[in-house]
Amino acid sequence: MAEKVLMKGNEAIAEAAIRSGCRHYFGYPITPQTELAAYMAKMMPKIGGTFLQAESEIAAINMVYGVAGTGKRVMTSSSSPGVSLKQEGISYIAGSDLPALIINVQRGGPGLGGIQPSQSDYFQATKGGGHGDYHLIVLAPASVQEMADLTALAFDLADKYRMPAMILADGTIGQMMEPVTLENIEYKPVEKPWAITGTEGKRKHNIINSLYLNPEMLEKKNLERFERYKTVEENEVRFESFMMDDAEIGLVAYGIAARVAKNAVTALRAEGIKAGLIRPVTLWPFPKKAVLEASDKVKAFVSVELSMGQMIEDIKLAENSKKPVVLCSRVGGMIPTPEQIIETVKNLEGGMD
Amino acid sequence: MTLEILFAGFGGQGILFSGKLLAYKALLEDRQVSWLPSYGPEMRGGTANCSVTISDTPIGSPIITKPDILIAMNLPSLDKYEDAVKPGGKIFIDSTLITRHVKRTDVEVYEIPATMLANEMGAPTLANMVMTGKLMSVVPEISRDFLEDALHKCVSARHQNLYDLNLKAMDIGAAYEC
Repeated sequence: MAEKVLMKGNEAIAEAAIRSGCRHYFGYPITPQTELAAYMAKMMPKIGGTFLQAESEIAAINMVYGVAGTGKRVMTSSSSPGVSLKQEGISYIAGSDLPALIINVQRGGPGLGGIQPSQSDYFQATKGGGHGDYHLIVLAPASVQEMADLTALAFDLADKYRMPAMILADGTIGQMMEPVTLENIEYKPVEKPWAITGTEGKRKHNIINSLYLNPEMLEKKNLERFERYKTVEENEVRFESFMMDDAEIGLVAYGIAARVAKNAVTALRAEGIKAGLIRPVTLWPFPKKAVLEASDKVKAFVSVELSMGQMIEDIKLAENSKKPVVLCSRVGGMIPTPEQIIETVKNLEGGMD
Repeated sequence: MTLEILFAGFGGQGILFSGKLLAYKALLEDRQVSWLPSYGPEMRGGTANCSVTISDTPIGSPIITKPDILIAMNLPSLDKYEDAVKPGGKIFIDSTLITRHVKRTDVEVYEIPATMLANEMGAPTLANMVMTGKLMSVVPEISRDFLEDALHKCVSARHQNLYDLNLKAMDIGAAYEC
Protein backbone atom coordinates (compact mmCIF):
# COMPACT_ATOMS: atom_id res chain seq x y z
CA MET A 1 0.00 0.00 0.00
CA ALA A 2 1.21 3.47 -0.83
CA GLU A 3 2.35 5.49 2.17
CA LYS A 4 -0.13 8.02 3.49
CA VAL A 5 0.86 11.34 4.98
CA LEU A 6 -1.15 14.07 6.64
CA MET A 7 -1.31 17.22 4.56
CA LYS A 8 -3.39 20.34 4.28
CA GLY A 9 -5.48 20.53 1.12
CA ASN A 10 -3.47 23.54 -0.07
CA GLU A 11 -0.19 21.66 0.39
CA ALA A 12 -1.56 18.58 -1.37
CA ILE A 13 -2.31 20.69 -4.45
CA ALA A 14 1.24 22.07 -4.45
CA GLU A 15 2.92 18.67 -4.04
CA ALA A 16 0.66 17.08 -6.67
CA ALA A 17 1.48 19.90 -9.10
CA ILE A 18 5.21 19.37 -8.61
CA ARG A 19 4.81 15.62 -9.14
CA SER A 20 2.79 16.39 -12.28
CA GLY A 21 5.79 18.17 -13.77
CA CYS A 22 4.89 21.75 -12.89
CA ARG A 23 8.09 23.73 -12.41
CA HIS A 24 6.70 27.25 -12.72
CA TYR A 25 4.51 28.89 -10.12
CA PHE A 26 3.49 32.54 -10.04
CA GLY A 27 1.25 33.93 -7.33
CA TYR A 28 0.42 36.54 -4.78
CA PRO A 29 -0.50 35.68 -1.18
CA ILE A 30 -4.09 35.66 0.02
CA THR A 31 -5.98 33.77 2.75
CA PRO A 32 -7.10 30.95 2.66
CA GLN A 33 -4.72 29.59 -0.01
CA THR A 34 -1.39 30.89 1.31
CA GLU A 35 0.01 27.48 2.33
CA LEU A 36 0.03 26.55 -1.35
CA ALA A 37 2.31 29.47 -2.27
CA ALA A 38 4.42 28.85 0.84
CA TYR A 39 4.93 25.20 -0.14
CA MET A 40 5.98 26.24 -3.65
CA ALA A 41 8.36 28.88 -2.25
CA LYS A 42 10.04 26.20 -0.18
CA MET A 43 10.16 23.43 -2.77
CA MET A 44 10.66 25.03 -6.19
CA PRO A 45 14.23 26.31 -5.56
CA LYS A 46 15.25 22.81 -4.42
CA ILE A 47 14.13 21.13 -7.65
CA GLY A 48 15.27 23.71 -10.16
CA GLY A 49 11.82 25.21 -10.53
CA THR A 50 10.61 28.79 -10.41
CA PHE A 51 8.61 30.28 -7.57
CA LEU A 52 7.88 33.93 -8.09
CA GLN A 53 5.77 36.17 -5.90
CA ALA A 54 4.54 38.68 -8.44
CA GLU A 55 3.72 42.33 -7.74
CA SER A 56 0.01 41.56 -8.22
CA GLU A 57 -2.43 38.85 -9.27
CA ILE A 58 -2.65 40.46 -12.72
CA ALA A 59 1.12 40.18 -13.15
CA ALA A 60 1.06 36.59 -11.93
CA ILE A 61 -1.55 35.39 -14.43
CA ASN A 62 0.31 37.09 -17.29
CA MET A 63 3.51 35.31 -16.24
CA VAL A 64 1.45 32.10 -16.42
CA TYR A 65 0.36 33.14 -19.94
CA GLY A 66 3.98 33.57 -20.96
CA VAL A 67 5.21 30.21 -19.66
CA ALA A 68 2.10 28.43 -21.01
CA GLY A 69 3.12 29.61 -24.49
CA THR A 70 6.39 27.69 -24.16
CA GLY A 71 4.48 24.47 -23.46
CA LYS A 72 5.77 24.09 -19.90
CA ARG A 73 3.37 23.14 -17.15
CA VAL A 74 2.54 26.27 -15.17
CA MET A 75 0.12 27.37 -12.49
CA THR A 76 -1.10 30.15 -10.25
CA SER A 77 -3.29 30.11 -7.17
CA SER A 78 -5.37 32.60 -5.28
CA SER A 79 -8.65 33.10 -3.49
CA SER A 80 -11.80 34.79 -4.72
CA PRO A 81 -10.85 38.53 -4.90
CA GLY A 82 -7.50 37.58 -6.38
CA VAL A 83 -9.08 35.30 -8.96
CA SER A 84 -11.32 38.18 -10.07
CA LEU A 85 -8.14 40.14 -10.82
CA LYS A 86 -6.83 37.28 -12.94
CA GLN A 87 -9.84 37.11 -15.25
CA GLU A 88 -8.39 39.23 -18.05
CA GLY A 89 -5.34 37.00 -18.25
CA ILE A 90 -7.45 33.83 -18.11
CA SER A 91 -9.49 35.08 -21.10
CA TYR A 92 -6.25 35.71 -23.04
CA ILE A 93 -4.96 32.22 -22.18
CA ALA A 94 -8.27 30.67 -23.32
CA GLY A 95 -8.21 32.85 -26.46
CA SER A 96 -4.70 31.64 -27.24
CA ASP A 97 -5.65 27.97 -26.70
CA LEU A 98 -3.05 27.39 -24.01
CA PRO A 99 -3.03 24.86 -21.17
CA ALA A 100 -2.54 26.27 -17.66
CA LEU A 101 -3.84 25.63 -14.16
CA ILE A 102 -5.59 28.20 -11.97
CA ILE A 103 -6.48 27.37 -8.36
CA ASN A 104 -9.29 29.19 -6.56
CA VAL A 105 -9.57 28.39 -2.84
CA GLN A 106 -12.79 30.31 -2.43
CA ARG A 107 -13.72 32.72 0.37
CA GLY A 108 -16.88 34.74 1.01
CA GLY A 109 -17.71 37.66 -1.27
CA PRO A 110 -18.52 39.89 -3.09
CA GLY A 111 -15.81 42.51 -2.81
CA LEU A 112 -13.15 41.74 -0.25
CA GLY A 113 -15.84 39.75 1.56
CA GLY A 114 -14.37 37.61 4.31
CA ILE A 115 -11.80 34.86 4.67
CA GLN A 116 -14.07 31.96 5.59
CA PRO A 117 -15.07 29.23 3.09
CA SER A 118 -17.53 29.88 0.27
CA GLN A 119 -18.65 28.54 -3.09
CA SER A 120 -19.91 31.82 -4.46
CA ASP A 121 -17.51 31.92 -7.43
CA TYR A 122 -19.40 29.11 -9.20
CA PHE A 123 -20.78 31.42 -11.91
CA GLN A 124 -17.38 33.04 -12.43
CA ALA A 125 -15.64 29.66 -12.76
CA THR A 126 -18.18 27.83 -14.92
CA LYS A 127 -19.72 30.56 -17.07
CA GLY A 128 -16.63 32.35 -18.30
CA GLY A 129 -15.47 34.88 -15.75
CA GLY A 130 -13.46 36.91 -18.21
CA HIS A 131 -14.71 38.34 -21.52
CA GLY A 132 -15.45 36.37 -24.65
CA ASP A 133 -16.88 32.93 -25.43
CA TYR A 134 -14.79 30.39 -23.57
CA HIS A 135 -14.83 27.68 -20.94
CA LEU A 136 -12.45 26.38 -18.34
CA ILE A 137 -12.38 22.77 -17.26
CA VAL A 138 -13.54 23.19 -13.65
CA LEU A 139 -12.81 20.49 -11.08
CA ALA A 140 -14.26 20.50 -7.57
CA PRO A 141 -12.35 18.46 -4.97
CA ALA A 142 -14.18 17.26 -1.83
CA SER A 143 -11.22 15.82 0.07
CA VAL A 144 -7.51 16.38 0.50
CA GLN A 145 -6.88 13.27 -1.63
CA GLU A 146 -8.94 14.81 -4.42
CA MET A 147 -7.05 18.10 -4.07
CA ALA A 148 -4.02 16.06 -5.15
CA ASP A 149 -5.67 13.74 -7.68
CA LEU A 150 -7.68 16.44 -9.45
CA THR A 151 -4.63 18.69 -9.69
CA ALA A 152 -2.84 15.95 -11.60
CA LEU A 153 -5.92 15.38 -13.75
CA ALA A 154 -6.32 19.10 -14.42
CA PHE A 155 -2.80 19.34 -15.88
CA ASP A 156 -3.45 16.29 -18.09
CA LEU A 157 -6.81 17.58 -19.35
CA ALA A 158 -5.47 21.10 -19.93
CA ASP A 159 -2.67 19.66 -22.07
CA LYS A 160 -4.98 17.27 -23.90
CA TYR A 161 -7.55 19.89 -24.89
CA ARG A 162 -5.23 22.93 -24.97
CA MET A 163 -7.35 24.95 -22.57
CA PRO A 164 -6.97 26.36 -19.07
CA ALA A 165 -8.28 24.29 -16.17
CA MET A 166 -9.37 25.44 -12.73
CA ILE A 167 -9.52 23.75 -9.34
CA LEU A 168 -12.51 25.30 -7.57
CA ALA A 169 -11.93 24.53 -3.89
CA ASP A 170 -12.89 26.40 -0.74
CA GLY A 171 -11.28 27.50 2.52
CA THR A 172 -12.30 24.35 4.39
CA ILE A 173 -10.80 21.86 1.97
CA GLY A 174 -7.73 24.10 1.63
CA GLN A 175 -7.11 24.32 5.37
CA MET A 176 -8.05 20.84 6.54
CA MET A 177 -5.64 17.93 6.90
CA GLU A 178 -6.45 14.38 5.90
CA PRO A 179 -4.33 11.36 5.02
CA VAL A 180 -3.23 11.56 1.42
CA THR A 181 -1.12 9.43 -0.87
CA LEU A 182 0.73 11.03 -3.74
CA GLU A 183 2.69 8.06 -5.00
CA ASN A 184 0.43 7.27 -7.93
CA ILE A 185 0.84 10.70 -9.51
CA GLU A 186 3.18 10.60 -12.46
CA TYR A 187 4.11 13.11 -15.12
CA LYS A 188 3.16 12.04 -18.63
CA PRO A 189 4.61 14.67 -20.96
CA VAL A 190 2.77 15.24 -24.24
CA GLU A 191 4.06 16.55 -27.55
CA LYS A 192 3.38 20.27 -27.96
CA PRO A 193 4.30 21.16 -31.53
CA TRP A 194 2.54 24.51 -31.15
CA ALA A 195 4.83 25.72 -28.33
CA ILE A 196 7.29 28.58 -28.82
CA THR A 197 10.56 26.91 -27.97
CA GLY A 198 12.96 28.40 -30.54
CA THR A 199 12.97 27.23 -34.16
CA GLU A 200 16.75 26.66 -34.40
CA GLY A 201 16.21 27.76 -37.99
CA LYS A 202 14.65 24.38 -38.77
CA ARG A 203 10.93 25.07 -38.73
CA LYS A 204 8.44 27.83 -39.35
CA HIS A 205 7.93 29.88 -36.20
CA ASN A 206 4.86 29.36 -34.02
CA ILE A 207 2.60 32.26 -33.05
CA ILE A 208 0.72 32.49 -29.76
CA ASN A 209 -1.93 35.17 -30.04
CA SER A 210 -5.53 35.99 -29.15
CA LEU A 211 -5.95 38.97 -31.52
CA TYR A 212 -7.88 38.34 -34.76
CA LEU A 213 -8.99 41.58 -36.44
CA ASN A 214 -10.52 39.65 -39.32
CA PRO A 215 -14.05 38.72 -38.10
CA GLU A 216 -14.28 35.62 -40.34
CA MET A 217 -11.04 34.34 -38.86
CA LEU A 218 -12.14 35.13 -35.29
CA GLU A 219 -15.45 33.37 -35.83
CA LYS A 220 -13.60 30.35 -37.23
CA LYS A 221 -11.36 30.26 -34.13
CA ASN A 222 -14.41 30.42 -31.84
CA LEU A 223 -16.19 27.63 -33.73
CA GLU A 224 -13.09 25.42 -33.63
CA ARG A 225 -12.75 26.01 -29.90
CA PHE A 226 -16.37 25.06 -29.28
CA GLU A 227 -15.94 21.84 -31.28
CA ARG A 228 -13.21 20.99 -28.78
CA TYR A 229 -15.49 21.96 -25.87
CA LYS A 230 -18.08 19.55 -27.26
CA THR A 231 -15.54 16.71 -27.08
CA VAL A 232 -14.74 17.67 -23.49
CA GLU A 233 -18.44 17.60 -22.61
CA GLU A 234 -18.77 14.16 -24.21
CA ASN A 235 -15.67 12.59 -22.64
CA GLU A 236 -14.70 14.28 -19.42
CA VAL A 237 -17.80 14.49 -17.20
CA ARG A 238 -17.05 13.14 -13.75
CA PHE A 239 -19.35 12.76 -10.76
CA GLU A 240 -20.02 10.56 -7.74
CA SER A 241 -23.43 8.99 -7.18
CA PHE A 242 -24.25 8.15 -3.55
CA MET A 243 -27.42 6.15 -2.70
CA MET A 244 -29.18 7.44 -5.81
CA ASP A 245 -30.52 4.07 -7.04
CA ASP A 246 -33.84 4.29 -5.20
CA ALA A 247 -33.63 7.92 -4.07
CA GLU A 248 -36.81 10.00 -3.91
CA ILE A 249 -35.00 13.19 -2.98
CA GLY A 250 -31.83 13.93 -4.94
CA LEU A 251 -29.35 16.22 -3.24
CA VAL A 252 -26.81 17.84 -5.54
CA ALA A 253 -23.68 19.27 -3.93
CA TYR A 254 -19.96 19.65 -4.62
CA GLY A 255 -16.85 20.22 -2.49
CA ILE A 256 -17.33 20.73 1.23
CA ALA A 257 -21.12 21.05 0.78
CA ALA A 258 -21.14 17.49 -0.58
CA ARG A 259 -19.34 16.21 2.51
CA VAL A 260 -22.06 17.70 4.74
CA ALA A 261 -24.80 16.51 2.36
CA LYS A 262 -23.45 12.95 2.56
CA ASN A 263 -23.81 13.02 6.35
CA ALA A 264 -27.39 14.26 5.87
CA VAL A 265 -28.18 11.44 3.40
CA THR A 266 -26.87 8.83 5.85
CA ALA A 267 -28.95 10.33 8.68
CA LEU A 268 -32.08 10.57 6.49
CA ARG A 269 -31.69 6.96 5.35
CA ALA A 270 -31.47 5.88 9.01
CA GLU A 271 -34.90 7.48 9.45
CA GLY A 272 -36.25 5.67 6.40
CA ILE A 273 -36.25 8.70 4.11
CA LYS A 274 -34.89 7.80 0.68
CA ALA A 275 -32.38 10.55 -0.03
CA GLY A 276 -29.39 10.34 -2.34
CA LEU A 277 -26.55 12.57 -3.51
CA ILE A 278 -25.14 13.48 -6.89
CA ARG A 279 -21.71 15.05 -6.37
CA PRO A 280 -20.36 16.79 -9.48
CA VAL A 281 -16.57 16.40 -9.64
CA THR A 282 -16.44 18.36 -12.89
CA LEU A 283 -18.52 21.55 -12.61
CA TRP A 284 -17.75 22.26 -16.24
CA PRO A 285 -18.60 20.03 -17.95
CA PHE A 286 -21.57 19.66 -15.59
CA PRO A 287 -22.97 16.10 -15.14
CA LYS A 288 -26.16 16.99 -17.02
CA LYS A 289 -26.98 13.43 -18.04
CA ALA A 290 -26.76 12.10 -14.47
CA VAL A 291 -29.16 14.80 -13.27
CA LEU A 292 -31.54 14.26 -16.21
CA GLU A 293 -31.63 10.50 -15.62
CA ALA A 294 -32.26 11.04 -11.90
CA SER A 295 -35.17 13.36 -12.69
CA ASP A 296 -37.21 10.35 -13.88
CA LYS A 297 -36.91 8.77 -10.46
CA VAL A 298 -36.78 11.49 -7.80
CA LYS A 299 -39.64 13.65 -6.57
CA ALA A 300 -37.44 16.71 -6.16
CA PHE A 301 -33.86 17.95 -6.09
CA VAL A 302 -32.09 20.00 -3.42
CA SER A 303 -29.10 22.11 -4.41
CA VAL A 304 -26.83 22.37 -1.37
CA GLU A 305 -24.46 25.30 -1.86
CA LEU A 306 -22.34 27.85 -0.04
CA SER A 307 -23.80 30.44 -2.40
CA MET A 308 -27.13 32.18 -3.02
CA GLY A 309 -28.31 29.72 -5.67
CA GLN A 310 -25.75 29.41 -8.48
CA MET A 311 -25.35 25.70 -9.27
CA ILE A 312 -29.14 25.38 -8.93
CA GLU A 313 -29.42 26.97 -12.42
CA ASP A 314 -27.34 24.20 -13.98
CA ILE A 315 -29.46 21.56 -12.21
CA LYS A 316 -32.66 23.13 -13.60
CA LEU A 317 -31.19 23.33 -17.10
CA ALA A 318 -30.04 19.72 -16.90
CA GLU A 319 -33.40 18.27 -15.79
CA ASN A 320 -35.46 20.58 -18.03
CA SER A 321 -37.50 21.73 -15.01
CA LYS A 322 -39.14 18.28 -14.84
CA LYS A 323 -39.02 18.21 -11.04
CA PRO A 324 -38.86 21.00 -8.44
CA VAL A 325 -35.38 22.11 -7.37
CA VAL A 326 -35.01 23.89 -4.03
CA LEU A 327 -32.01 25.61 -2.53
CA CYS A 328 -30.39 24.82 0.82
CA SER A 329 -27.55 27.22 1.47
CA ARG A 330 -25.49 29.30 3.84
CA VAL A 331 -23.29 32.16 2.67
CA GLY A 332 -20.74 34.68 3.90
CA GLY A 333 -18.34 32.01 5.17
CA MET A 334 -20.98 29.89 6.91
CA ILE A 335 -21.55 26.20 6.12
CA PRO A 336 -24.94 24.43 6.21
CA THR A 337 -25.27 21.84 8.98
CA PRO A 338 -26.54 18.32 8.25
CA GLU A 339 -29.58 19.30 10.39
CA GLN A 340 -30.41 22.20 8.03
CA ILE A 341 -30.28 19.88 5.03
CA ILE A 342 -32.36 17.24 6.82
CA GLU A 343 -34.99 19.89 7.66
CA THR A 344 -35.09 21.07 4.04
CA VAL A 345 -35.65 17.51 2.84
CA LYS A 346 -38.35 16.83 5.45
CA ASN A 347 -40.19 20.03 4.57
CA LEU A 348 -40.06 18.97 0.94
CA GLU A 349 -41.41 15.51 1.75
CA GLY A 350 -44.20 17.03 3.85
CA GLY A 351 -45.21 19.37 1.05
CA MET A 352 -45.55 16.50 -1.40
CA ASP A 353 -47.62 14.02 0.52
CA MET B 1 -16.10 3.87 16.13
CA THR B 2 -16.29 7.56 15.30
CA LEU B 3 -14.95 10.12 17.74
CA GLU B 4 -15.39 13.86 17.26
CA ILE B 5 -13.00 15.96 19.32
CA LEU B 6 -12.99 19.76 19.58
CA PHE B 7 -9.94 21.58 20.97
CA ALA B 8 -10.52 25.26 21.76
CA GLY B 9 -8.56 28.03 23.41
CA PHE B 10 -6.39 31.08 22.71
CA GLY B 11 -4.09 31.30 19.70
CA GLY B 12 -0.62 30.31 20.95
CA GLN B 13 -1.78 27.68 23.46
CA GLY B 14 -0.93 24.84 21.11
CA ILE B 15 -4.53 24.00 20.27
CA LEU B 16 -3.72 23.10 16.66
CA PHE B 17 -0.62 21.15 17.73
CA SER B 18 -2.56 18.92 20.13
CA GLY B 19 -5.11 18.22 17.40
CA LYS B 20 -2.37 17.42 14.93
CA LEU B 21 -0.77 14.96 17.36
CA LEU B 22 -4.04 13.02 17.65
CA ALA B 23 -4.52 13.15 13.89
CA TYR B 24 -1.04 11.71 13.23
CA LYS B 25 -1.56 9.02 15.84
CA ALA B 26 -4.80 8.01 14.16
CA LEU B 27 -3.06 7.95 10.77
CA LEU B 28 -0.36 5.63 12.15
CA GLU B 29 -3.10 3.41 13.60
CA ASP B 30 -4.46 3.17 10.05
CA ARG B 31 -7.71 4.89 10.96
CA GLN B 32 -9.64 7.50 9.02
CA VAL B 33 -8.97 11.02 10.26
CA SER B 34 -9.68 14.65 9.48
CA TRP B 35 -8.20 17.76 11.13
CA LEU B 36 -9.86 21.10 10.54
CA PRO B 37 -8.45 24.29 12.08
CA SER B 38 -10.04 27.65 12.54
CA TYR B 39 -8.00 30.08 10.47
CA GLY B 40 -7.62 33.79 10.02
CA PRO B 41 -7.60 36.81 12.31
CA GLU B 42 -8.49 34.77 15.38
CA MET B 43 -5.05 33.20 15.19
CA ARG B 44 -3.46 36.54 16.03
CA GLY B 45 -4.44 36.54 19.71
CA GLY B 46 -8.11 35.64 19.73
CA THR B 47 -9.70 32.23 20.05
CA ALA B 48 -8.41 29.26 18.05
CA ASN B 49 -10.01 25.89 17.69
CA CYS B 50 -9.52 22.68 15.82
CA SER B 51 -11.83 19.79 15.02
CA VAL B 52 -10.42 16.27 14.86
CA THR B 53 -12.55 13.36 13.70
CA ILE B 54 -11.18 9.85 14.14
CA SER B 55 -13.11 6.93 12.71
CA ASP B 56 -12.94 3.34 11.53
CA THR B 57 -15.18 4.22 8.56
CA PRO B 58 -14.84 6.97 5.91
CA ILE B 59 -15.48 10.43 7.36
CA GLY B 60 -18.28 12.55 5.91
CA SER B 61 -18.11 16.15 6.97
CA PRO B 62 -14.96 17.26 8.83
CA ILE B 63 -17.02 19.99 10.51
CA ILE B 64 -17.98 19.10 14.08
CA THR B 65 -21.22 20.56 15.39
CA LYS B 66 -21.78 18.14 18.30
CA PRO B 67 -18.43 16.97 19.70
CA ASP B 68 -18.04 13.81 21.77
CA ILE B 69 -15.15 15.48 23.55
CA LEU B 70 -14.44 19.17 24.23
CA ILE B 71 -11.06 20.37 25.47
CA ALA B 72 -11.54 23.98 26.58
CA MET B 73 -8.38 25.91 27.39
CA ASN B 74 -10.06 29.25 28.17
CA LEU B 75 -13.39 30.62 29.37
CA PRO B 76 -14.69 31.94 26.01
CA SER B 77 -14.25 28.45 24.55
CA LEU B 78 -16.16 26.79 27.39
CA ASP B 79 -18.92 29.42 27.12
CA LYS B 80 -19.14 28.90 23.37
CA TYR B 81 -19.04 25.10 23.12
CA GLU B 82 -20.31 23.69 26.44
CA ASP B 83 -23.87 23.29 25.19
CA ALA B 84 -22.76 21.66 21.93
CA VAL B 85 -21.18 18.58 23.55
CA LYS B 86 -23.16 15.37 23.05
CA PRO B 87 -24.99 14.07 26.13
CA GLY B 88 -22.73 11.46 27.73
CA GLY B 89 -19.67 13.17 26.24
CA LYS B 90 -16.59 14.48 28.00
CA ILE B 91 -15.46 18.03 28.79
CA PHE B 92 -11.86 18.76 29.79
CA ILE B 93 -11.09 22.24 31.11
CA ASP B 94 -7.90 24.02 32.13
CA SER B 95 -9.02 25.01 35.62
CA THR B 96 -6.11 27.43 36.06
CA LEU B 97 -7.59 29.70 33.41
CA ILE B 98 -11.27 28.79 33.70
CA THR B 99 -12.54 29.81 37.12
CA ARG B 100 -16.12 28.56 36.77
CA HIS B 101 -17.33 24.97 36.79
CA VAL B 102 -18.99 23.14 33.92
CA LYS B 103 -22.77 23.60 34.19
CA ARG B 104 -23.79 20.50 32.25
CA THR B 105 -24.65 17.49 34.40
CA ASP B 106 -25.06 14.97 31.57
CA VAL B 107 -21.36 14.87 30.64
CA GLU B 108 -18.17 13.66 32.32
CA VAL B 109 -16.08 16.61 33.49
CA TYR B 110 -12.31 16.70 33.97
CA GLU B 111 -10.91 19.84 35.61
CA ILE B 112 -7.12 19.95 35.23
CA PRO B 113 -5.03 22.96 36.35
CA ALA B 114 -2.96 22.46 33.21
CA THR B 115 -1.38 25.91 33.05
CA MET B 116 -0.31 25.67 36.69
CA LEU B 117 1.11 22.18 36.23
CA ALA B 118 2.98 23.30 33.11
CA ASN B 119 4.39 26.31 34.97
CA GLU B 120 5.54 24.06 37.80
CA MET B 121 7.52 21.88 35.43
CA GLY B 122 9.11 24.98 33.93
CA ALA B 123 7.40 24.70 30.53
CA PRO B 124 4.51 27.20 30.62
CA THR B 125 3.75 26.69 26.91
CA LEU B 126 2.99 22.98 27.35
CA ALA B 127 -0.36 23.25 29.15
CA ASN B 128 -1.89 21.80 25.99
CA MET B 129 0.23 18.67 26.38
CA VAL B 130 -0.77 18.29 30.03
CA MET B 131 -4.40 18.33 28.85
CA THR B 132 -3.64 15.90 26.02
CA GLY B 133 -1.94 13.53 28.48
CA LYS B 134 -5.05 13.47 30.66
CA LEU B 135 -7.25 13.02 27.58
CA MET B 136 -5.29 9.94 26.51
CA SER B 137 -5.39 8.43 29.99
CA VAL B 138 -9.20 8.48 30.21
CA VAL B 139 -10.41 7.99 26.62
CA PRO B 140 -9.86 4.36 25.67
CA GLU B 141 -10.18 5.08 21.93
CA ILE B 142 -7.16 7.41 22.16
CA SER B 143 -4.48 5.23 23.71
CA ARG B 144 -0.77 6.00 23.83
CA ASP B 145 -0.13 3.57 20.97
CA PHE B 146 2.03 5.18 18.28
CA LEU B 147 2.30 8.28 20.48
CA GLU B 148 6.08 8.56 20.18
CA ASP B 149 6.11 8.21 16.40
CA ALA B 150 3.28 10.72 16.08
CA LEU B 151 5.06 13.18 18.35
CA HIS B 152 8.24 12.91 16.26
CA LYS B 153 6.21 13.81 13.17
CA CYS B 154 4.57 16.81 14.85
CA VAL B 155 7.59 18.33 16.59
CA SER B 156 9.53 20.26 13.93
CA ALA B 157 13.18 19.45 13.31
CA ARG B 158 14.44 22.56 15.10
CA HIS B 159 12.34 21.82 18.19
CA GLN B 160 13.31 18.14 18.65
CA ASN B 161 15.02 19.17 21.91
CA LEU B 162 11.50 19.78 23.28
CA TYR B 163 10.42 16.22 22.48
CA ASP B 164 11.18 14.80 25.95
CA LEU B 165 9.57 17.81 27.63
CA ASN B 166 6.37 17.21 25.63
CA LEU B 167 6.26 13.60 26.82
CA LYS B 168 6.93 14.68 30.41
CA ALA B 169 4.05 17.19 30.27
CA MET B 170 1.76 14.42 29.05
CA ASP B 171 2.86 12.14 31.89
CA ILE B 172 2.10 14.87 34.42
CA GLY B 173 -1.36 15.34 32.90
CA ALA B 174 -2.04 11.60 32.88
CA ALA B 175 -1.00 11.28 36.54
CA TYR B 176 -3.14 14.18 37.74
CA GLU B 177 -6.16 13.02 39.76
CA CYS B 178 -9.20 15.20 39.05
